[in-house]
Amino acid sequence: MLATMIATYVPSFHPDEHATDIWGTTLFDGRAAQRGYALNKMCYSFNDAANRDAFRHDPDGYCRKYGLDDAQLDAVRRRDVLALIAAGGNIYYLAKLAGIFGLNVQDIGAQQTGRSVEEFREFLRAAGD
Amino acid sequence: MATIVGGIGTSHIPAIGIAMAKQQCDEPYWRDFFEAYRPVRAWLDEVRPTVAVVVYNDHGLNFFLDKMPTFAVGAASQYRNADEGWGLPTLRPFRGHPELSWHVIEALAAANFDLTTCQEMLVDHGFVVPMQLLWPDTTSWPVRTIPIHVNTVQHPLPTPKRCLDFGEALGHAIESWPGDERVVVLGTGGLSHQLDGRRAGFINKPFDLFCMEKIVDEPELLARYTIRELVRLAGTQGPELVQWLVMRGALGGAVRKLESNYHVPISNTGSGLLLLERAA
Repeated sequence: MLATMIATYVPSFHPDEHATDIWGTTLFDGRAAQRGYALNKMCYSFNDAANRDAFRHDPDGYCRKYGLDDAQLDAVRRRDVLALIAAGGNIYYLAKLAGIFGLNVQDIGAQQTGRSVEEFREFLRAAGD
Repeated sequence: MATIVGGIGTSHIPAIGIAMAKQQCDEPYWRDFFEAYRPVRAWLDEVRPTVAVVVYNDHGLNFFLDKMPTFAVGAASQYRNADEGWGLPTLRPFRGHPELSWHVIEALAAANFDLTTCQEMLVDHGFVVPMQLLWPDTTSWPVRTIPIHVNTVQHPLPTPKRCLDFGEALGHAIESWPGDERVVVLGTGGLSHQLDGRRAGFINKPFDLFCMEKIVDEPELLARYTIRELVRLAGTQGPELVQWLVMRGALGGAVRKLESNYHVPISNTGSGLLLLERAA
């Protein structure tokens, strides 16, 4: 089985990198990076505790300050990780936003896969069997 | 001349740093994971490296998406970490080695690698977690450091082949330094994990074990993968394997495996630990 994992060398360029043929998977490529620039820039600002407080105080105002579009604003309001990714969010930046809501990577994994956090943890654990 | 005393592949998951800060290392979830680092720390105590070259990817602390270098080398006298937004405590600054950094930069450029050079560089969990795993007494770091960032955040990423070649050139660069430094190279990150999308939580234990086996004697086999294939086999963050390939490349020809451990899951990830020494 392992032998089938080794592919012959082929150039990895595809004209549409963002959409992949891998189920449930997108690549954060140039298209996504352009689409999500304002959103990711806002999330980057959350490295600073004062900015996290400013967001907590007025989430919509803070989003508008960074120029988020309606889809991004709506996804932030709903804390909808899949929608945030569809709107160009990069998961490392979204993790900073999720941190403000007190959500860690298991919480957002559970949300994206439609599982409870407990079910998601069990799903991860089962990967070791 | 400087000597490369060995290479270590290790996870850099933020949850590890948080567990260490909360002193949870003896809890059932963590015990076996941390226990596996004991012999590696004993080896470090024995060989006493003076410099750690840490290969990792920044996750949005030092580099935003306005400028995303493919390969960036630190050339500062000191590196600090900082708030990443979700609660990892900041640690004591890390001492750099700017003279060796610039030598490495010159040598890599001469070997046709085009770099970004950083005289200021915040180091995030990708750098910090491996440092504290290997040297848990964070009140005094016993090594000087050179951080090397390899982009695995925004596609296109450098190919695995390019990263193995980069590592080989890095090894030659270190060994052409006239000082008596004893250098350990850390390849950090991985192994399989996917944080984003409906496939979140994807872990591929057989593939991780396959990579940990092949990277010892046949790294060129792993270097044949495309990034897309690594995403398919190891998840969206699985391409962090390239950081390990840089480490392996730096060791050059034949190596001996001294320690190896695989633990799953740690947070959302299949976590690998590998200690390699050059075969005599």
